[in-house]
Amino acid sequence: MTLRRFMFGSIAALTLGLSPAHAAAPDRETPARRLTPEQYTQIIADVFGPAIKIGGRFDPGFRIDGLLEVGASQANISPSGMEQYDVIARSIASQVLDERRRELMVHCKPKSISAPDDSCAGEFLTEVGELLFRRPLNDRELRLHVRSAREAAAGLKDFYAGLGLSLAAMLSEPQFLFRQENFEADPERPGELRLDAYSKASRLSFFLWNAGPDRALLTAARKGELETAQGLVRQVERMIASPRLESGLRAFFADMLHFEDFDTLTKDNAIYPKFSAQVAEDAQEQTLRTIIDVVLNERGDYRDIFTTKKTHLTRALAAIYQVPLAVRAPNGAPEKWLPFEFAANDPRGGVLMQVAFVTLHSHPGRSSPTLRGKALREIFLCQKVPAPPGDVNFTIVQDTSNPVYKTARERLRAHATNPVCTGCHKITDPMGLALENFDGGGSYRTSENGVPLDTTGELDGIKFTNGAELGRAVHDNAAAASCLVDRISAYALGRTPAKSEATDWVAPLKQSFAASHYVVPALMRRIATSPEFYRAAPILEPRKEAALRTSVEGSR
Amino acid sequence: MKIDRRTVLRGMMGGGVVTVGLPVLDCFLNTNGDAWADNGQALPPVFGTWFQHLGLNPGMWEPKIVGPGFENNIQLRVLDPYRDRMNIFSGMKYFIEGRPLQTHTTTSQIATTGAIPYGTEGGPSVDAKIAEQIGARRRFRSLEVNLSGARKSYSQRSGTSLNPSEPSPTSLYTRIFGPEFKDPNAATFEPDPMAMARKSVLSNVSEHLNETRKELGAADKRRLDEYLTSIRQIEQQLAIELEKPAPLPACRVPDAVKEATPGTVLEDAAQNSKLFGGLLGYAAACGQSQVFNVMVDSMNLRKAGSAYTWHMATHEESVDESLGYQKDVFEFNTWANLVFLDFLKTLDAVKEGPGSLLDRTLILWQTDHSDARVHGLEKVPLITVGSAGKRIKTGIHVLASGDPVTRVSLSVMQAFGVPINSWGERSNGTSRTISEIMV
Repeated sequence: MTLRRFMFGSIAALTLGLSPAHAAAPDRETPARRLTPEQYTQIIADVFGPAIKIGGRFDPGFRIDGLLEVGASQANISPSGMEQYDVIARSIASQVLDERRRELMVHCKPKSISAPDDSCAGEFLTEVGELLFRRPLNDRELRLHVRSAREAAAGLKDFYAGLGLSLAAMLSEPQFLFRQENFEADPERPGELRLDAYSKASRLSFFLWNAGPDRALLTAARKGELETAQGLVRQVERMIASPRLESGLRAFFADMLHFEDFDTLTKDNAIYPKFSAQVAEDAQEQTLRTIIDVVLNERGDYRDIFTTKKTHLTRALAAIYQVPLAVRAPNGAPEKWLPFEFAANDPRGGVLMQVAFVTLHSHPGRSSPTLRGKALREIFLCQKVPAPPGDVNFTIVQDTSNPVYKTARERLRAHATNPVCTGCHKITDPMGLALENFDGGGSYRTSENGVPLDTTGELDGIKFTNGAELGRAVHDNAAAASCLVDRISAYALGRTPAKSEATDWVAPLKQSFAASHYVVPALMRRIATSPEFYRAAPILEPRKEAALRTSVEGSR
Repeated sequence: MKIDRRTVLRGMMGGGVVTVGLPVLDCFLNTNGDAWADNGQALPPVFGTWFQHLGLNPGMWEPKIVGPGFENNIQLRVLDPYRDRMNIFSGMKYFIEGRPLQTHTTTSQIATTGAIPYGTEGGPSVDAKIAEQIGARRRFRSLEVNLSGARKSYSQRSGTSLNPSEPSPTSLYTRIFGPEFKDPNAATFEPDPMAMARKSVLSNVSEHLNETRKELGAADKRRLDEYLTSIRQIEQQLAIELEKPAPLPACRVPDAVKEATPGTVLEDAAQNSKLFGGLLGYAAACGQSQVFNVMVDSMNLRKAGSAYTWHMATHEESVDESLGYQKDVFEFNTWANLVFLDFLKTLDAVKEGPGSLLDRTLILWQTDHSDARVHGLEKVPLITVGSAGKRIKTGIHVLASGDPVTRVSLSVMQAFGVPINSWGERSNGTSRTISEIMV
């Protein structure tokens, strides 16, 4: 039994049946996430086929607690964003219903193509509506959309044009653009709420596949199968075995690794002539392929992403790595991506030394041990590096053309003579300096301005002499695995777990992750089959401190 | 009922958010098209913001004389052509009050919203308050642009409802002057049946959502309202498309922007500023929008072929001992002031009757830190240009003694008729306007 519908998924305390004394308690929010561009695109491809083009631009997301997916639960739509959704929606509708496709898409025939036909419109809107809203339309919604199709068809004297406008409206409505969730009483926990079957299907599907539920999952929801442990496990196993799990994993890692920052990354062409938009794209793909190989294809230890010698390269990347790439060309058609393995004694390996990480966390024209160390701490270890203080001269003046300071290490040492600066730089620079073998454009080097590089450093008491040993130190650092579980559980919920959830749910997940030798799909299975994943958020205390909202461009 | 300008205006002042779907109607204008017909009052005011990170060189921009008749200090001398039409505010301050300082971000939030938000709980920015007052009847409530190819913007209706920037003049051109633009001076007008059908479908949707609204809890209501405001802009656009627009003699469709290079190099940013200036100017002259926001996005800007961004220069360049300031940073600032000057000239070139668009415009220039080298929080520079049709006094240098910057934004908002008497929170809050500039 669904208690009530929630537009955006927040629950007023009153509906929980609390006593009047509690009725004034603040709403507790169960976030309705705004669809990401990838999710939007995937749903359209699933419902109408991959040939439908999406022409338009989406509002940028923002990051909260390290994830865009958490930001999505707060994000709204700006007027200019709405304009864009409207343009995209009308373009999709006109493609879906153009003369070439309409017979394939609309299974009924209107009585006349120049007049309204409620019955045929209703049939089409019911069918696609369920996939777009990720649940069956309610009567009111169906009536509304049939009426819209009727009025528009009458005005335009064109059945399909009218139907198209009603479809476009559906694509601009909050029920589609936001991942709304509905709740019902939780029979196992009196007084508490859990997701209803369709919302459960949705949460599961976006988590594992980064897409809306398919017909099989919606059917399982309708039949109540997701309410039984056995039925839920059956669906989770089906979804984890599906090749679509890769999309889910890619979406999660691209979010965790801040890859949207590549959209605004610029490199100085005069300094890094090999770096191009193509390289930036390949670099992200390289890192994702490396991670997918370890965590999915080999069902390996997550922590091996920091040490693996295996990767994939394109010719553009091989030029940056300065390694020969044997191009196999069956029938004269070279493959773009080729597997590559660095020699065991090569200092390179692991995602930290890949072009994506070292270029994204650098300046346009030079490397930055500080930015890299900060990114390593924040992205992979879930630690917060404080910002520099205000109104303090934190720059011991350094002349960058000064012939005395030739390497980043020397410049930073000069800079760190100020005690105000040392504290923070101590927690970022030692790791970042180990990556100095890679310049701001990702190329390997052994010296800077003619001075051999010293890449020794330390991470939480573990000393290392180069990037490879740094990768090993991160691999062995307990915070790395723990951070992955923190991120993926927040990603799954669309919010940072509350304190009680951290203790009762996330902590055991961490233990089981370790016990299962850090296999990520096993962790995802455990999350997807746990009741906590489907519960309404506990009433949250107001936050005492800012979770900084950073826009996509805000971080550099 | 007799509809005249006053009736509409009264509705505007009283209602806060206005849903009247009327463009400027013929009967309201005089024959020159530069003023309202009934009493010759000027065309509606235009508000703009110019946000430029990284401050100005300390000691180089503050005028020596306080009050009217000041002379520009060396850094702002390039703005001399507009000296009588600008105000300079010195001695203003950002208050951190023990909260963590996210350098460049926290102070920008204070500048634009008057407060340091907890998480995403931030309120509206100054431009959004003004747009609510004057922009809701226009095709675009506000237009945001970014000079360095990114989508960063500080314009927001709330901490979760952000208005991202247009990074490219080409796409801004299409948005404003594309096929859906109705030239107010066109000889013929025919309402588009597709626009009529869309309008009816959209009004079904909003009607439905408004019904659902009654059943929602407070948080859902808030979020739905933000969504509905965005939907309303499209309804508004359709309503305007279906009305015959009143002629606006100053309106001219600018040349199409076929190619622009959004980028982080100074030359590109300067070029974009000029292109954006033209588009925003004619958007206002053609009655499409009355509010714009320009984000310079200074941090990543750099000279072509140079590895050093402006941001890096502020922190890494030494203070030249003989000059007493950072030379490269000074050059960056001077570049930006020239670009700003060029932007002003572009607006000023849009002639309306005997004057120009700039006469009915007020631009609020703000920055994140005073001396960016040290992330300075005191002696923050602030500038206004234009009087929005004599709504404020100009040509004045106001020296404050550690006052919050919100005093300026409050004064500006009141000048635009925003019905508030205080702005900002805690030490960054104020209920005092700047009396020197108030009319």
